[in-house]
Amino acid sequence: MADTTAVPAPPVAAPGPPERRRGRRRFPLRRVGARLTHLLLVLLAVTFLSFVVVDLLPGDAAVVVAGDNATPEQVQQVREDLQLDRPLVVRYVDWLGGVVTGDLGESFRTGQPVADALAERVPVSFQITLVAQVLALIVAVPLAIYSAYRPGRPVDRVSMTLGFGAAAMPQFVLGMVLIVLFAGGIWSVLPATGFTPFFESPLDNLRSIILPCLTLMVAEAAVYRQLLRSDMISTLQEDFILMARAKGLPVRRILLRHALRPSSFSLITLSGLNIGRLLGGTVIVETLFAIPGLGQLIVQAVFNRDYMLLQGALLFVAVAYVVINMLIDLLYLFLDPRVRRHG
Amino acid sequence: MADPIAPAPTTTATATPARARADRTPWGWWVAWAWLGTVVLAAVFAPVLPLWDPDVPDYTNVASGITPQHWLGGDTLGRDTFSRVVHGARASLLVGLCAVLLGAVVGGTLGMLAGYFGGRTERVLALVTDVVLAFPGLVLIIALVAILGASLTNLILGLAILSVPTFIRLSRAATLVVAQREFVLAARAYGCRPMRIILREIAPNVVLPVAAYGFIMVGLFIVVEGSLSFLGLGIPPPTPSWGGMIAAGRVELLTYPHISLFPAAVMFLTVLSINYVGERTRKRFEVKESNL
Amino acid sequence: MSAAGKETLLSAADVGVRFHTPRGVVRAVEDVSLDVREGEVVAVVGESGSGKTVLTRRLMGLVAAGRTTDVSGTVDYAGSRISDLSGPALSRFWGAEIALILQDPMTSLNPVKRIDAQITETIRQHEDVTRAQARERAVELLRQVGLAEPERRLRQYPHELSGGMRQRVTIAIALSCNPRLLLADEPTTALDVTVQAQILDLLAGLQRRRRMAMLLVTHDLRVVRSRADRIAVMYAGRIVETAPTADLFAAPRMPYTEALMHALPPSAGPNHVRLQTIPGRPPDLLNPPAGCRFSPRCPYAQDRCLTEDPPLRDAGSPAHRYRCWFPVGSPAWSEARDRNARRGTSAAGTPVSEEMVLS
Repeated sequence: MADTTAVPAPPVAAPGPPERRRGRRRFPLRRVGARLTHLLLVLLAVTFLSFVVVDLLPGDAAVVVAGDNATPEQVQQVREDLQLDRPLVVRYVDWLGGVVTGDLGESFRTGQPVADALAERVPVSFQITLVAQVLALIVAVPLAIYSAYRPGRPVDRVSMTLGFGAAAMPQFVLGMVLIVLFAGGIWSVLPATGFTPFFESPLDNLRSIILPCLTLMVAEAAVYRQLLRSDMISTLQEDFILMARAKGLPVRRILLRHALRPSSFSLITLSGLNIGRLLGGTVIVETLFAIPGLGQLIVQAVFNRDYMLLQGALLFVAVAYVVINMLIDLLYLFLDPRVRRHG
Repeated sequence: MADPIAPAPTTTATATPARARADRTPWGWWVAWAWLGTVVLAAVFAPVLPLWDPDVPDYTNVASGITPQHWLGGDTLGRDTFSRVVHGARASLLVGLCAVLLGAVVGGTLGMLAGYFGGRTERVLALVTDVVLAFPGLVLIIALVAILGASLTNLILGLAILSVPTFIRLSRAATLVVAQREFVLAARAYGCRPMRIILREIAPNVVLPVAAYGFIMVGLFIVVEGSLSFLGLGIPPPTPSWGGMIAAGRVELLTYPHISLFPAAVMFLTVLSINYVGERTRKRFEVKESNL
Repeated sequence: MSAAGKETLLSAADVGVRFHTPRGVVRAVEDVSLDVREGEVVAVVGESGSGKTVLTRRLMGLVAAGRTTDVSGTVDYAGSRISDLSGPALSRFWGAEIALILQDPMTSLNPVKRIDAQITETIRQHEDVTRAQARERAVELLRQVGLAEPERRLRQYPHELSGGMRQRVTIAIALSCNPRLLLADEPTTALDVTVQAQILDLLAGLQRRRRMAMLLVTHDLRVVRSRADRIAVMYAGRIVETAPTADLFAAPRMPYTEALMHALPPSAGPNHVRLQTIPGRPPDLLNPPAGCRFSPRCPYAQDRCLTEDPPLRDAGSPAHRYRCWFPVGSPAWSEARDRNARRGTSAAGTPVSEEMVLS
């Protein structure tokens, strides 16, 4: 997880600590044991922290669950049913035991198994995240390559200016603008809110995710273009690019087959971290477009003091973060032969 | 040589007159500073400026457009949008600046410690940063607001916590580079105490990149504050804030888009200016641009 | 060392390259004229910053006019004016007719591509051959450049090879399409001393066997003494002396050439000879000195050298040309030398010791 900025949404260009290109790539295999321990500790810390946070939340979960009109006896009964009277650490260990055996518990509110609730929400977040990422990369990569090839020329300048605008546009403002433009205000071509699952109606599904995905991708595309452009410009100054030219290779081939891969490491890291972050919910977009994703689930769980549900959701987010970081490391192994040797 | 794969020319001799274009400071730089200056001045002097009271409704001004009395019209309650935008700048800027300052100082210090000492200090801090990053930021802020109560201070605190990991990484990376330089090695060889080396030798070299990035973070946090207000988790009403105003206009979005539009435009221009100035400043510290 | 007097393969006339930088205009190459005949080895010698690398790249067309670059002069290759060609047309020459070897083999190979791909892509770019044929040829090439186990090397990545092996690979790439002209830009500078001679001998052998012309760029006169037919000495972006190798070593005219020779240990004889250094630093190409570019560092400099720029003149034959008002060995020169020795300083104010001028 070396050096990318991802909290909460990265600015136009991730700051370029000199270590960025190298630090992460060195010796991932040798340190695989230490790394796994580290990731396991992260998971434990995140889940325990969420227990503590939920416990500190004002308002008694038992009162919330029992309802406003419940008698103190009923509240007490609920509390014992939910085992809220036991100490925090005991509850945590208990929950952890459940997790290890595959049991995430049940929602306090609805009694629905947490695993089922996640299974409903995660695919929604997953689809939107993935589509938005792919769109952002489709827009950003060609622009970045061409901008790096001809820095300071019109394509570079225009896309940089637009990128500045895109990065300065808050998601909720962009979403509102898109709604005004396409979903009621000026043209009524797309639904403003709601989500249709893909298997119900692929076309409606597509229509329902267009605006959310656009809202998500715009700023990311700007960041990706900027990042890849600057890495690509430094790659293009390398001797091996001069050699490739001197071999008589066409510019297209040099850019795509020689320069792109060695320039893509930071982009892959950032994109991976963003996928991890977005999987954990895109609360703004989900709220704006009324999409039943993981972000909404988490926020509702906090407000409802439904902490079995919250625990499960946070566990998923943390696992996603950890898994994606490991995937990025594996991808480096595939992309950069120099890493393989050090293993 | 800016373009390494430039094709050969069609003419042998090109005599283009002096190309000082890249060297001149672009006009955008001055426009951005002018806008930021205006916003800051407006925020500082909001109470003494001859404006409408931002909290008092004027029933003739409900959702009205631009009028001679109300330059940017009014919101659904008839409050003057211009006055609320100016007063909103106070909250937005305060949150952005304070959160970044706090995050940069804490994160910057921890990052230098991690980078300088390495070993266990570094491992513990890496764990802390990963935990914060793996924990959805929004949940942290919601929880903080719920536990401590919704207020400007708590919002700042929450955002500062979220920014700490980024600053730790940035300052650690900068420290690792500086720590290898001769003057630091020399100071070590003289037997200087680590704290003295960190303060005297390393900190001055870490401050610049951290500050340049922090500047961009201010813009980011203005947006985040807006997003939180949009979710109803930001600065509690009736205190005007840009995000709160945009969110309030959402109800009438399709009928009176201008209620959201004006504060949104102001926020956009401010963040744009900050990003632009920050990006240019950051580039200036980057040595690597041309070689060959 | 073969075949002088054959047909001219590459001919450069009045080549100039100027870079516009934020700090001013850099005249990296000025008025350079240079011929390379078929099968001939021409050496370009000069300190770092003398413009020899930029010149090489301009000869090929790798440095071209752009937003920050001006070029002038003409370059002809085998009857085509390649300085008039644009990218796609030029790239038909690159790799196929004219090949390039760069200084640092650690950076001139793509780190994420196998050796196999890096050799065969050149062949497949220029010739209509199958992948298998190209691979076969790559194996043969690696064998020719003296790499053991060529099949295994092909599957490796650059980082798995040593510096010397990598330079052999770049030579194999350069030779892959049988070019008629090889530009070798300091091919051994980045290598270990023990490997340097091996690579140079390899290059010389390949050049002779393939009857290929070679432009050998170096900062080291020793390297070229036994390997070049002709030598061009560059200083501050210009050719200051050019001559057949034997003539140049026998009778250098330009004081800079002389100074370069004195900075070398003799190839035979006592090895405790005191080596001389050239005083001062290479000139700042942003603000080149007025008059002769070498005058601030020249022990013989007179007032005229500081104001008037010497033209390139013949020394007896048109093959030997130099730029100097007081050419080494002439009566004017001994006068200038004695005058500077008496006053202890050159006209530019550089201190001059007896030892420096009387060696």
